[in-house]
Amino acid sequence: MSDTGLRVVWVYPDLLSTYGDQGNALVVERRAQQRGLAVQRTDIRSDEQVPTSADIYLIGGGEDRPQRLAAERLLRDGGLRRAVDNGAIIFSVCAGYQILGREFVNDLGEPQQGLGLLDVVSTRGEAERCVGDVLADIDPNLGLPELTGFENHQGITHIGPTAKPLARVRLGKGNGTGDGTEGAWNDTVFGTYMHGPVLARNPQIADHLIKLALDVNALPPVDDQWYDALRKERISAAVQPA
Amino acid sequence: MAGNQEPLSPRARLAVTAGKAAAAVSRAAGRGSGSVIGGKVALRLDPDLLAQLAHHLDVVLVSATNGKTTTTRLIAEALRANGGVVSNALGANMPAGITSALAGGSEARYGVIEVDEKYLDAVARDVTPKAIALLNLSRDQLDRAAETRMLAERWREALSGTKAVVIANADDPLVVWAASSAPNVVWVAAGQEWKDDAWSCPACGGVMQRPDDDWFCGECGFRRPTPTWALSGDEVLDPHGSAWPIKLQLPGRANKANATTSAAVAAAFGVPPQTALERMHSVTAVAGRYDVVDYLGREVRLLLAKNPAGWLETFSLIDAPPAPVILSVNARSADGTDTSWLWDVDYSRLVGHPICVIGDRKLDLAVRLEVAGVGFQVCESAAEAVAACPPGRIEAIANYTAFQDLRRVVGN
Ligand SMILES: [Zn+2]
Repeated sequence: MSDTGLRVVWVYPDLLSTYGDQGNALVVERRAQQRGLAVQRTDIRSDEQVPTSADIYLIGGGEDRPQRLAAERLLRDGGLRRAVDNGAIIFSVCAGYQILGREFVNDLGEPQQGLGLLDVVSTRGEAERCVGDVLADIDPNLGLPELTGFENHQGITHIGPTAKPLARVRLGKGNGTGDGTEGAWNDTVFGTYMHGPVLARNPQIADHLIKLALDVNALPPVDDQWYDALRKERISAAVQPA
Repeated sequence: MAGNQEPLSPRARLAVTAGKAAAAVSRAAGRGSGSVIGGKVALRLDPDLLAQLAHHLDVVLVSATNGKTTTTRLIAEALRANGGVVSNALGANMPAGITSALAGGSEARYGVIEVDEKYLDAVARDVTPKAIALLNLSRDQLDRAAETRMLAERWREALSGTKAVVIANADDPLVVWAASSAPNVVWVAAGQEWKDDAWSCPACGGVMQRPDDDWFCGECGFRRPTPTWALSGDEVLDPHGSAWPIKLQLPGRANKANATTSAAVAAAFGVPPQTALERMHSVTAVAGRYDVVDYLGREVRLLLAKNPAGWLETFSLIDAPPAPVILSVNARSADGTDTSWLWDVDYSRLVGHPICVIGDRKLDLAVRLEVAGVGFQVCESAAEAVAACPPGRIEAIANYTAFQDLRRVVGN
């Protein structure tokens, strides 16, 4: 983290901000500020250069054509890779998650090169879209409570040998491979299919990203009353749908 | 031309009768107006019925993500200056509901029909409209609706070569993309506060430039067409440059935009702007929206907002602080079951209002407001929320089924 505070980048809102995932940026911002940190948030459109020295990059879901355009432009830009080389944290959702992988199938039905920042490959499912509340157990190495989110995608993501599943689903589809995995992570790069937005449903993940950025093991507590109430409600709704 | 001069075919007559019978049964069973079930029964007996019913009408179709029910109502009022109107005034806007509405108005000259965005192509094919009004397109029910840009693409295909005059909002790039395939378009500068679904050029995917009220794509030259009608403050500017005052009982900038488009539609049928706008003054609540209801000694104004663009327009019309605001959100099937869109709404604009949150998803709202840094109170019911507000005007904003719930509680 620089002297100017925590630098948060919301990547390509013009292409990848369709499903409310900018809430992830809002939650990180808010929870950092509540800990007395100055936060500098920058929204980078797809005709701008991605800065390489920020702390946390957030990427959201988008529609199929914007996903193709975003992958093309991010690959050409090269900024995210340099940022990761500089130790930056990337948290990505849905289309953003697929783009971070090695390859995905685009709106033209063709395989398209991703950024290769996560060892995953995505294809399109033939079955119905996966839509609904998800409940999953996060990789114990991350020391985080159970994951709750809302999924809405048709993609199937296979995890390669150098990435790990972010979570194992108890309810819902997750990566859609049938092996019960959901999302992927490796070191400081994270991907998930969960909306909600996921960091509003799982503020402990937002805190985890902030801790990684600050290189600390703990943060001062904040009042989580409403987050806790929402988590409890969504978890029981996933277990017992209305 | 007045009414249906040629009789319906025997099959169509049978279908209309069967549909009316089914609707009556549905009403008697307490299941609403029965218009949808009636329409379904009728359409099953005669799939060609909608086309036959529309055959002798001058049909206007109205479609959009937001404002189509109100605009349909405003256009209907304006056109009544020239003759009888049949309309799906209650918002049953898919083929069955439309069929049912048209079956009820054999003496009409005009059919003014609200159409769900996803059915515009199918309905336009069936009813051969004289005019099509397109207001806006934005994200809505993302857990199941078609992608917004794909909808624009479908509209564009449907409008290619249409004989109808298309009256379209020049300030919405997606609407312009859709409408510009039509040979005859009247562009209306109706404005659009929500911009987050059109930063990417619908033609080429380039990044859209949006200086002030203008917009254009720097890559392919796709740009805002020159409008001939415009909303300017509280006035409608017509193609001759004359300004006509808007005197609506409905609140908000969005309804002035709806009135402007409606005046342009009315003019296409020979109703002068002044007559059209004066007639629109009679419209008060539309299917309960904007209605002010006395409840527990307060005046509760009922406002419907179903998606981020709708919430944004609603925030701009409510009374200034310290007017209390009740927010209610559900996520039932008719609302869309994903609440992520709440994070696309800028709730920080409510700073200074006392806020109560209710509805099935009040906890989603609570976290949203907490992160926005806006104070709020969570209530268990509408009654509790209203009682928590001081006497006087309360602005109650709710999404679709939450709005229906609210209407039932406050007795509207
Ligand atoms: Zn372009």
